[in-house]
Amino acid sequence: MPVQELFGQPLKAVNVGLESFAASLEDQGIAVAHVDWRPPLEGYIELTYTASGAAIDAANSAAIERIRKGRPLLVGMGIARDVIPGMGEHRILHAGPPIGWDRMCGPMRGAVMGAAVYEGWAASYAEAAEMAAAGAFAFDPCHHHHAVGPMAGIISPSMPVFMIRNDTYGNVTYATQNEGLGKVLRYGAYGDAVLAHLKWMEQDLYPALVRALELTGPIDLRSLIAQALHMGDEVHNRNRAATSLLFRQLTPAILQTSSNEIALKVLKFIDSNDHFFLNLSMPAVKSMLEVAEGMEGCTLVTVMARNGTDFGIRVASMPDQWFIAPAPMVQGLWLPGFSEKDANPDIGDSAITETGGVGGFAMAAAPAIVKFVGGDSSLALSVTQEMYQITAGEHEFFTAPVLNFRGTPLGIDVRKVMATGILPFINTGIAHKEPGVGMVGAGLVRAPKKCFEDAFKALKELEYT
Amino acid sequence: MITRVTIKSGEYYDSVTLLQVAQGLLAMPGVADAAVVMGTPANKGLLVESDLLTPEVEAASPDDLVIAVCASDEPAAAAALSASEILLKASRQTTPAGGDLQAPPKTIGAAIESLGENVNIMLVSVAGRYAAGVAREALNRGLHVFLFSDNVSVADEIALKELAREKGLLVMGPDAGTAIINNVALGFANVVPQGPVGVVAASGTGLQAVTCYMPREGVGITQAIGVGGRDLKSEVGGIMMLEGLKALQADPATHVILLVSKPPSSDVAEKVLAQVRLSTKPTVVLFLGGNPEAIAESGAIPTADMEEAAAVAAAVALGQNPADARINLRQREMSYKKRAAELRKRLAPGQQYFRGLFSGGTFCYETQLILKDMGIAVQSNAPVAKHLRMADSNKSAGHVAVDLGEDEFTVGRLHPMIDPTLRNRRIVQEAKDPETAVIFLDVVIGYGSHDDPAGEAVKAIKEAQAIARAAGREIIFVASVCGTADDPQDLGLQEAKLEVAGVMVLPTNAAATRLAGHVLDF
Repeated sequence: MPVQELFGQPLKAVNVGLESFAASLEDQGIAVAHVDWRPPLEGYIELTYTASGAAIDAANSAAIERIRKGRPLLVGMGIARDVIPGMGEHRILHAGPPIGWDRMCGPMRGAVMGAAVYEGWAASYAEAAEMAAAGAFAFDPCHHHHAVGPMAGIISPSMPVFMIRNDTYGNVTYATQNEGLGKVLRYGAYGDAVLAHLKWMEQDLYPALVRALELTGPIDLRSLIAQALHMGDEVHNRNRAATSLLFRQLTPAILQTSSNEIALKVLKFIDSNDHFFLNLSMPAVKSMLEVAEGMEGCTLVTVMARNGTDFGIRVASMPDQWFIAPAPMVQGLWLPGFSEKDANPDIGDSAITETGGVGGFAMAAAPAIVKFVGGDSSLALSVTQEMYQITAGEHEFFTAPVLNFRGTPLGIDVRKVMATGILPFINTGIAHKEPGVGMVGAGLVRAPKKCFEDAFKALKELEYT
Repeated sequence: MITRVTIKSGEYYDSVTLLQVAQGLLAMPGVADAAVVMGTPANKGLLVESDLLTPEVEAASPDDLVIAVCASDEPAAAAALSASEILLKASRQTTPAGGDLQAPPKTIGAAIESLGENVNIMLVSVAGRYAAGVAREALNRGLHVFLFSDNVSVADEIALKELAREKGLLVMGPDAGTAIINNVALGFANVVPQGPVGVVAASGTGLQAVTCYMPREGVGITQAIGVGGRDLKSEVGGIMMLEGLKALQADPATHVILLVSKPPSSDVAEKVLAQVRLSTKPTVVLFLGGNPEAIAESGAIPTADMEEAAAVAAAVALGQNPADARINLRQREMSYKKRAAELRKRLAPGQQYFRGLFSGGTFCYETQLILKDMGIAVQSNAPVAKHLRMADSNKSAGHVAVDLGEDEFTVGRLHPMIDPTLRNRRIVQEAKDPETAVIFLDVVIGYGSHDDPAGEAVKAIKEAQAIARAAGREIIFVASVCGTADDPQDLGLQEAKLEVAGVMVLPTNAAATRLAGHVLDF
């Protein structure tokens, strides 16, 4: 608005800094919005163009458009060694950025030991640990193989996996079947009961689901997630509605294709496990996000993942690089008998949900979940609203009723995180720090700023200006 | 250790609520462990490990709510069980309807969005190293900027002002304490009525002074644009003074223009005066301590101090002869001489020095200039000439004018317009000096300033007089209040508080300085 137009117009002001200035304006009857401002992160400068002169904003808008258009379908299942690209025979996939046995946290080691015995590579857990230490297994991040895994995120060759195809672009992602809560491999628990349950999932659950899916045909996960967000889920830490919706879709097919005995067990299992859908929401979001990988000039985050030791992010224009920082501790509530001192640092690929605009970013749709941190429902709203300030766009299909069906915040822009100092919010479970124990609580955590500072530095080194 | 259990049949709670209740119980004295869970097989499994699985729990169904505590004794267990009831009930209490759904915006973009259409200005007062970035974002979003922050580099200032000029926007600052746009006070500014005079000033207190003095002559303002103290230095080149001037020249509501600054560098003065020449609107110029001739040559009306600048601008606006305004001021000054002669009689032998304690930098500067004209050389921490710099700003010797708003006093401390502590301490310190004759104060009110600066000063004035009287002396306090009747603190009330405490209150800083000068004019 040129100066001449300012004169005589009612002032409408934004105030950044001293709050008393805003109060003075309010006292004079002027509309003013005070910014709860904080300084940018270390090293921030404005970045507008790539080295070749392309506009970063345009690249990001194009990426948002691609992600929004994604349509993840559950198209089938398979055994990891047969379907996951590059899986091979002795490879173990894990959550988070790359890590070797020497630096692995307790729960991830526990899960590796469990998986090695499950695969029959080791006769005992002690032997499994020795073999791992001796380098008998190749470790690779799930994210290097179009896969995601919650918590320890261990995928070994014999494990059955869901296959999710992004119908718009054709890319396929993978995740194991969710084991339920309590003593489970993904939380680092191992032992005969854990392995017996895994075997049951491989021998009874998996075939039953394969048969059912043949009958149902592809299941539209985008639609399921969209509905679940309207039923109080954010599909990371709360999957009760989504699991129920899936249960409705699968039940007739399971009854039709399995014996009564198997069907009963399978349905009881899915019904008792509110998190069953997590292992579908994660690869669904992954399939939507990975189409942005490699887009030149795009400063959006395509991966946030933790291995319990390190927290890592990846950025669309630098798809092969990880930017890592020590995994933070999660603030949360504890299961009976546990406390903060038992907790492992943040772990799991499940932050893919936040990366893709659901999970913590969609907390406004899931007010019940805030009780994990002892807040009230306004916290859920404020978290989502805060995340709009670091994202480049909004979802088309995933919306929050309480925000008048506004699309959830989508596409974390490294530049905006740097400029505002607002770090992405993640809703997550907490594993015990020792192998073999399992889940100890759940809570909220913010991504570490160092990841974003380092990624930003790399963008500057690409001569973005 | 004892384990006590309550089963509540058919009560459903979300597992997260239950976790939270358990957390609450665990925080209670004597409670070693607690579980508040639905009676599902999985949950029962968890309770086995915590030794909370009693036969009652074992019998519970998945629809039953199980509350189990392990406590040091019976009272602790009972307290925990009853607390669980309260916590569960509390979890169902909804927050009052109509709660604030809007989170406070954390970014400029979100703030703009929250205001809707036609946002037109941003006030920036973040730390200097961030200010340029924030201001640039505002300009890029098409907003005018009031840039209060100091410590912005000259290079950033130039870049911001060039960008603003390109976009037809104002950058008021950096280090601009004051602006009044559409009669709305921004930052440290006063409630000034509407009128025909438009002001552009490179001095915060200068702008405050002239805009407060004009209403006393019955004249209000259109706009008062503060451009920051460095704008008229040759590096910056007066970019915003020129833009502001052009805007007021083009503004149909503005009939008289008043420019206020310390003397600009000659190239900038030339540019500004050349722009003045382009308009037929009467323009009053105060280059404080500068040469009036070049101003007169440009067709503008030169003035010597803020009182005169305001009086002349008001007279022009009212269609009167500016010479009459000058005559009125001189006549008033004559009366001060008589008053001063009376006041001087109160001084004991040895009481001979002027001690000016300022919160406004331009007042400090103006006072030194006026006293210099009266033949009184005053030392200062912000001197009008290098050789007049105080050896130690914290210790007065001879005639001094201390600017307590200078960086040396404000690092890690609030500005004296907001926090009177430092000046009050200095008032008492000066009272202990047997050579102190006059303690001189500027009291600045309006938005931004302390709620009751006169009331605060009076506390120290009383203490100072008590100290002086105990030593057989009386100190002459002279002050002026910069403000208007419509300011939140109320000009009349502030003046009255000072007068009741025995302070000589004059309408302007210049008038007060002249009275003090005559007191000391032996």
